[in-house]
Amino acid sequence: MTTEGSTSTMSIDAARTPADQETLLDVRGLRTEFQTSRGRVAAVRDVSFTIRRRERLAIVGESGSGKSAMAMSIVGLIQPPGRVTAGEIRLGGTDLRGLPDRKLSEIRGNRISLVFQDPMSAFDPIRTIGAQMIENIRAHQPVSKGAARRQAADLLGEVGVTNASSRLADYPHQYSGGMRQRVLIAMALANSPELVIADEPTTALDVTTQAQVLELLDKLVTDRGAALMLITHNLGIVAGFCDTVKVMYAGQLIEESDSRALFAGAAHPYSRELLKCVLRTDRRQDGLLSTIPGTLPDPTQPFTGCSFEPRCPLGKGNPLCRGTEPPVVAVEGPHGTQLAKCHFAGQLELKEER
Amino acid sequence: MTTINDDGGTVRPGDGDAVERGMRLGSGSAVERGARPLLEVHGLTKTYRSKSVSARLRRANEVKALREVSFDVMRGETLGLVGESGSGKSTAASCVLRLTEPDSGSVTFDGVDVRALSKAELRRLRSRMQIVFQDPYGSLDPRFSVRELVEEPLLVHGLRDEKARRERALQMLERVGLSASQAELNAHAFSGGQRQRIAIARALVLNPELVVLDEPVTALDVSVQAQVLNLLTELQKELNLTYLFIVHDLAVAQYLCHRIAVMYLGEIVEMASSQELFDNPLHPYTVTLLMAAPVPDPDVMAGRRTALGTTAPAGSKPGPGCPLQPRCPVGMNRPECSSQRPLLREVAPGHLVACHYPGELKAAVAAPLANTAIPESPLNP
Repeated sequence: MTTEGSTSTMSIDAARTPADQETLLDVRGLRTEFQTSRGRVAAVRDVSFTIRRRERLAIVGESGSGKSAMAMSIVGLIQPPGRVTAGEIRLGGTDLRGLPDRKLSEIRGNRISLVFQDPMSAFDPIRTIGAQMIENIRAHQPVSKGAARRQAADLLGEVGVTNASSRLADYPHQYSGGMRQRVLIAMALANSPELVIADEPTTALDVTTQAQVLELLDKLVTDRGAALMLITHNLGIVAGFCDTVKVMYAGQLIEESDSRALFAGAAHPYSRELLKCVLRTDRRQDGLLSTIPGTLPDPTQPFTGCSFEPRCPLGKGNPLCRGTEPPVVAVEGPHGTQLAKCHFAGQLELKEER
Repeated sequence: MTTINDDGGTVRPGDGDAVERGMRLGSGSAVERGARPLLEVHGLTKTYRSKSVSARLRRANEVKALREVSFDVMRGETLGLVGESGSGKSTAASCVLRLTEPDSGSVTFDGVDVRALSKAELRRLRSRMQIVFQDPYGSLDPRFSVRELVEEPLLVHGLRDEKARRERALQMLERVGLSASQAELNAHAFSGGQRQRIAIARALVLNPELVVLDEPVTALDVSVQAQVLNLLTELQKELNLTYLFIVHDLAVAQYLCHRIAVMYLGEIVEMASSQELFDNPLHPYTVTLLMAAPVPDPDVMAGRRTALGTTAPAGSKPGPGCPLQPRCPVGMNRPECSSQRPLLREVAPGHLVACHYPGELKAAVAAPLANTAIPESPLNP
């Protein structure tokens, strides 16, 4: 990242490339609130972004940052006491928020596929994998049972399940976690979705299985032309499998970058500190590890200024950071434009040296 | 900083070597070379059998969770047991604490044969070996205050003096980073990282010598994970603790462990100092694990591809040869790999590996696991 590069302050919408034909998902001003015993809590606070077709996008953040709530809001799966209270969600021109439940559930599974961390919860435990796959295929395609069964077996084979046709007769509990995740991906493959939302899809898996599942998700993008929204806390996965990355903190997007740009130099102090905490297999680290002191702000308290200010090595105690919500700043670097919601974006090196 | 060893005699009645342990204070984490290991594990074997009436089914469903597992841990040292689920790492630790009875093999703790102890003797010994579990939500009873939770082990081990108990618990909570004002709150009021601190306080309140850490940071966010790892490092130095660290995350293992044993399907397949293992991994499985561990660097990630084709089901029945052979890029088509079981042997000082062709996969991926890209698909020539 560069400090000589031009920095400019602009509105969130103007800072982004305008929506065009390549835009698949366009989210504007999304706000999701939960009613709790301690008052209303905003889990997602006025989030706007777009996903292009074939884009592999990572949403990164710690637990409680609102990344899952945001994904659930997009597909209309926020359950009471939660509610999407504002915003527009457009999938290739269709306004998802305006759709009745029936239409929305058609879109889920057809145009949008969901892959969750715990694949067991996605299956009916008392029906065979085959029956559930066939049902899923026939719900979206006018084919006979036999044809659907053949297709299901082919798909299982494609995602690396051995003896696919005989394993159709097995129940979900007879599959390991990694295998269940493969079946979910196979079901996604069946319907050629435009968007795959994967929420921590490999967190419960072993590292070699994780690599295989990620390759399969990657295949959905390269072979089937889907866009991928990968929610993860693992920055290594972002580096390996995503083109772009959005960092979430306290319900807001605080940095948006090309993934190469983020790893070359984060534009927001939070992303920067987060990257410092990551342990790597290819580097030895001695002495005490870098940490981010403090915790996420209490969401029941009203926000003023920058939500990261109390923990920020640069802005802590600064009246500007404490009192004024930071604008989204575009920072030009060698790897393209990075957006950061920070008063000092583009001057981080300068500030750190002092 | 609070010293927590000075009342060791009070909290562990019946333990005569409090003086000796007090003297260990301040000796740092230096591993005592040449001395007898604190923990010696030899030839641990454990097979789980199904209860089927048919002998054929019983044999078919047998799972060899541990096969001839041997390792030592020196005082003040951290030994990592690394491997994927089903590799037997948790079973091994469970046998060390005698929470699981192995079929055969021995566990010697500070010269004492753990498997020969009576129930009462075992209970006394357990105050010297403690465990911290992965799930900080499941391991703390939500009905008790955290002070009560930390006091409980003291009560169980016979500290009747209420005031001493309370003082000791508060001291311990303070040491792991919780304030006295938080001590009366119930566990549910705390975040995952704080709960893990409480679990650590609970494990350390008895002044144990050996602490088994079963994936203690796996469920935590990366910044919180770093905080807990720092705490574990500091406590080890201060109290000369010995850690047996069960972990699947290799980056975490590299940071915390002095030595690492890599397990696969119930066996140790490679063991070396942490530095040696990462600089010079010799077993194809170790290399595969290293290649599969994502690192936050697009350039490194760009060239990586998974080395192993399919995942063998956990505990699947290995043939007469190497258990990795069916999925090993080195041994897949080699007759000795499918017919002869490789034995764990020392190939360099302190570096043990069970492979007929050690180092070959590492050579095939052109050495640089670190910092440079690995050429694509080196494994399918």
